Amino acid sequence: MPEKILEVKNLQTHFFTKSGVVKAVDGVSFHVNKGETLGLVGESACGKTITCLSILRLVPQPAGKIVGGEVILDGVDILEMTNRQMQEVRGDQISMILQDPMTSLNPVFTVGTQVAWPIRQHQKNIGKKDIWEKVKDMLHRVKIPSPEVRLNEFPHQMSGGMRQRIIGAMSLSCQPKLLIADEPTTALDVTVQAQFLDLIKSIQREDDLAMIMVTHDFGIVANVCDRVAVMYAGKIVETAPIRELFNDPRHPYTMALMASLPKMEEDLETLYSIEGQPPNLSNLPPGCSFLPRCEHAMDICKEKYPANSEVRDGHTVSCWLMEK
Amino acid sequence: MSEVLVEAKNLTKHFPVTKGLIFSKQVGAVKAVDGINFTINRGETFGLVGESGCGKSTTSKLILLLESITNGTIVFEGNDIAKLSKSELREYRGKVQAVFQDPFSSLSPRRRVGKIIAEPIVVNSNIPQSQIRDKTAELLEVVGLRPDQASFYPHEFSGGQRQRIAVARSLALNPSLIILDEPVSALDVSIRAQIMNLLKGIQKKFNLAFLLIAHDLAVVKHMSDRIGVMYLGKLVETASSADIYHNPLHPYTKALYAAALPSHPDQQKEKITVTGEVPSPLNPPEGCRFHPRCPEAFPRCTQEEPKLIDMGNDQQVSCHLYDK
Repeated sequence: MPEKILEVKNLQTHFFTKSGVVKAVDGVSFHVNKGETLGLVGESACGKTITCLSILRLVPQPAGKIVGGEVILDGVDILEMTNRQMQEVRGDQISMILQDPMTSLNPVFTVGTQVAWPIRQHQKNIGKKDIWEKVKDMLHRVKIPSPEVRLNEFPHQMSGGMRQRIIGAMSLSCQPKLLIADEPTTALDVTVQAQFLDLIKSIQREDDLAMIMVTHDFGIVANVCDRVAVMYAGKIVETAPIRELFNDPRHPYTMALMASLPKMEEDLETLYSIEGQPPNLSNLPPGCSFLPRCEHAMDICKEKYPANSEVRDGHTVSCWLMEK
Repeated sequence: MSEVLVEAKNLTKHFPVTKGLIFSKQVGAVKAVDGINFTINRGETFGLVGESGCGKSTTSKLILLLESITNGTIVFEGNDIAKLSKSELREYRGKVQAVFQDPFSSLSPRRRVGKIIAEPIVVNSNIPQSQIRDKTAELLEVVGLRPDQASFYPHEFSGGQRQRIAVARSLALNPSLIILDEPVSALDVSIRAQIMNLLKGIQKKFNLAFLLIAHDLAVVKHMSDRIGVMYLGKLVETASSADIYHNPLHPYTKALYAAALPSHPDQQKEKITVTGEVPSPLNPPEGCRFHPRCPEAFPRCTQEEPKLIDMGNDQQVSCHLYDK
């Protein structure tokens, strides 16, 4: 039985705005096992980033609020923690890599100082010299050439790929249990992206790290993930092991999304296209949110949101088609 | 043999780098585009791929006359565009149009969509008002919008619809070449297929040539007839899109396509790791510009710049490996 590091149960994060309640995350449940990568896939504004920020309890205040659910990290519900306890969790047990390496490093401190911050914050009994040694080790692990020199440099002296690796070193410096990577390679070039994904995979294997990879790119999913959760309009519509999702997608949204991607090895004149647009989250219909764009829509889809049904072991789908 | 629409010969753009405020003198040049040759035939799509900073966008700006050419010529329909008279220039600008990446910033938020689409017509021809209205209605229908939406403002549309408006505007003067600079990368995944199908549709309908710039290799392969691969201001390989994928010759092309993400987890790929990142175009490496990262580099590559070699079958490569 694989060890569950994180379990999210029925998480609901809503934003209370002047124009109504935006249900950015609306009843999301999933888990991440030790040593595995869960891909969280979906279009922009489907709630993937807000799900991750909710796990870290960093939802933008005061509009955003976690209104329900549980986030259980190693048996403890972190939604019950005080703010001070939460500070001990962030960066130590859960850490996050953000999309843009150009803006997530502080330009006025050397990278060595910045990589040392989480260690200083969370491991108070380590002496100054040892911290420096640790920083050097971390830079070495993320394959920064000549770390002794590089740790005295500033972010602007480094390229985008190197900066993203510095952020990797920073987030891994306290050996977290869970790493959340929110579109970590979107800002990088293709060849650099491949290098970074390889690096992250090898570190994950060494540390037996649990990881959530947020992305909209099925290529990244195919490359690094073990299981995938597909999100649409604040809900997870399908969860499956990676091969099963690619070989046998069941939810109409997943199927349509995969069919609409151009593939290198195919020569198609026209692509399959999903009509319509993603829905407005502040005004969702009572039934299935994908209904207006779905080819298989039925009467029942208008009335009630479908329950989660298990197709096979570990493969769950929220669609009325499965209930038949 | 199809008719050549655009021919770039030894096209070069250097941006001067100056030092000093008052008595400024030139201390170097960023060689953004450095002597490239390519042709675009009528009715075909020529895709340009490469990592950021390789000169793709500068090339498109040179064709659009948004940057002055340092050296070399662009021949459009048989005429050198640097030598056009004022009236010919006006005609040229109508025949070459562009669709940019971000439809949120390429449309004026203060004008109605009808006005935005009609503007090129109003500026460039003396058609009476009533006919302009018919023409905008027709253009809106071509791109899949309703004619009555001409009275809406851009903020009332979604990203995909805005990109349709940008396409409609580019069609207003019956162009023969449209430059597509990352036309789908700002759009949601489920919307991209719609826009790609639309672009392919209008290409057939109006016999348009496209110059497509995109970083997503699968998108470029799907859309293009021929592809040019750029690296640090040089065109390293051009070939039909099938050959670029199935039979790449240049080591950089091989590495670039090997770094592209798989479309299925079972897809096995030849692993070609390129180390490092793209060097600065301010001070590019001597000889072949790819040699510091090239897995197959030999002494000659560090000294001599390779020439473009015709390999037959409409494939050209600039690499010493093929120069015997």
